Amino acid sequence: MLEGVKRVILVLSGKGGVGKSTVSTQLALTLKEKGYKVGLLDIDLCGPSVPYLLNLENQSVHQGPHGWIPVYLDKEQRLGVMSIGFLLNSRNDAVVWRGPKKTSMIKQFLEDVCWQDLDFLVIDTPPGTSDEHITVMENLRQVPQCSAVLVTTPQQVAIEDVRKEITFCNKTGIPIFGIVENMSGYECPNCSECTNIFSSGGGQSLAEYAKIPYLGSIPIDPRVGSLAGEGKAAIKELPESKTSKVFTDLVTQLTESSKNGDMK
Amino acid sequence: MLTIGTLFLTLSNTLFRNFRLSGKPSWHPLCCSFAFNPQLGLVGVLDADICGPSQPRVLGVGGERVHHSGSGWSPVYVSDNLCLMSIGFLLGSPDDAVIWRGPKKNGMIKQFLSEVDWGDLDYLLIDTPPGTSDEHLSVVQYLCGAGLTGAVLVSTPQETALLDVRKEISFCRKLKVPLIGVLENMAGFLCPHCKTRSDIFPATTGGVTAMCTEMDVPYLGSLLLQPALARAADDPTLPARDTTNAALDIRAKIMAFCERNSS
Ligand SMILES: Nc1ncnc2c1ncn2[C@@H]1O[C@H](COP(=O)(O)OP(=O)(O)OP(=O)(O)O)[C@@H](O)[C@H]1O
Ligand SMILES: [Mg+2]
Repeated sequence: MLEGVKRVILVLSGKGGVGKSTVSTQLALTLKEKGYKVGLLDIDLCGPSVPYLLNLENQSVHQGPHGWIPVYLDKEQRLGVMSIGFLLNSRNDAVVWRGPKKTSMIKQFLEDVCWQDLDFLVIDTPPGTSDEHITVMENLRQVPQCSAVLVTTPQQVAIEDVRKEITFCNKTGIPIFGIVENMSGYECPNCSECTNIFSSGGGQSLAEYAKIPYLGSIPIDPRVGSLAGEGKAAIKELPESKTSKVFTDLVTQLTESSKNGDMK
Repeated sequence: MLTIGTLFLTLSNTLFRNFRLSGKPSWHPLCCSFAFNPQLGLVGVLDADICGPSQPRVLGVGGERVHHSGSGWSPVYVSDNLCLMSIGFLLGSPDDAVIWRGPKKNGMIKQFLSEVDWGDLDYLLIDTPPGTSDEHLSVVQYLCGAGLTGAVLVSTPQETALLDVRKEISFCRKLKVPLIGVLENMAGFLCPHCKTRSDIFPATTGGVTAMCTEMDVPYLGSLLLQPALARAADDPTLPARDTTNAALDIRAKIMAFCERNSS
């Protein structure tokens, strides 16, 4: 039930572990802090991390008269969340499913969840370009305002996978809003020397090469890692951090482009 | 053409590894410490990550192509005793995306296992993408009759990674894949400037050791985050071997498991 959704943002990356879920949750939290009504849909069926990241692990979804009711982070119901994690008995349970079963689950997530009116629906995805991605693209084609945010880390192995993701977006006709580079350098807490653990600048040069907007780079920040599990927004807890600036800018750009009706 | 059955008679040991990382293939140090050791005999690496093959670049053979010979596809030799097969070798350009649903990925994996002329391998290491779905099921299914020695799981210390590893453990138990153990990667960072150690990915829930105790799985050891290794994956001219004692110790544990459990 996506009729009331004004805008959908897919968070994609080719590689695993680059920070899609961190970006999705922080983006959703930032949008919520700025006063929007937000939904966060986790379509990583085999490795759902959104319930943990937002500290919602023991919650469950309920069946309402018109479909599934998402789990809300706050009493005001400004951030609603849906994830397969809410449907599992234990956090250790594995979802051992092949493609067709994953496909029908994702279809249900898109069709049977009562999101109500949302300004933004953020979708967190697993890595790759396979069943989950194909299904979500096929079912989102009719949503007029839909675009993708790509996440990468700076090193070539990750960049190569993002190039595949760009091809995927082009082939399936989803506009790319831009690229975020994550984990781009680490400042030693002892001597403040910044080491480019995973080399640097890869995201920006890829953006230039592929002619896609570059949305900024987030450093490795153990404080950001520690927000995981608490459901707290970096812009509130770490207002001075570079991370919070990147998300603030990202939200500004998203809202500007929504106003202009320009998806790219 | 080889069939799966005859191919795997030649494998004395098969290592099945699950891929779980933050930012950087955690595979790399383990694989290199395995692969570049001539005493191990012939090691084959199968990249079962169909949508995001990174082994060609990680092992420094990014531009290579596979050849078709009388006995099937020939894997690409990285050194005298290390060969690799990956879908990366079959793509025209790094921009090519493999937009396939499960059945096509399964077909490809089956082909890699049955139509690649691996020769007389001593070890076959299989690198899988994250998850518990088609690739994993297919690998286990195609290998179950052929002596799958076990699975090594790789995790970083923080709970988001451990959550996925718990699921992989449940997966292995469900499919009766023996668990060799879990190894912790990127456990800490040694600043190249001041030599102080700090935790990049804080183990807020006790890290891999606590999870191993809770889930009753062997713990293999812990590796530091090494910027030199991470960069070596991008630049094949840099030395890429993890020769720290921790890495050698983990390798010894894995080999001991394989020796105990090989038929
Ligand atoms: N900028 C950062 N600084 C520090 N830690 C980070 C940063 N970004 C992500 N992390 C940590 O790295 C880990 C991986 O991030 P995350 O789970 O968001 O990646 P993902 O791309 O969603 O992974 P998967 O492919 O498994 O879904 C998490 O533990 C997260 O807390
Ligand atoms: Mg994720």
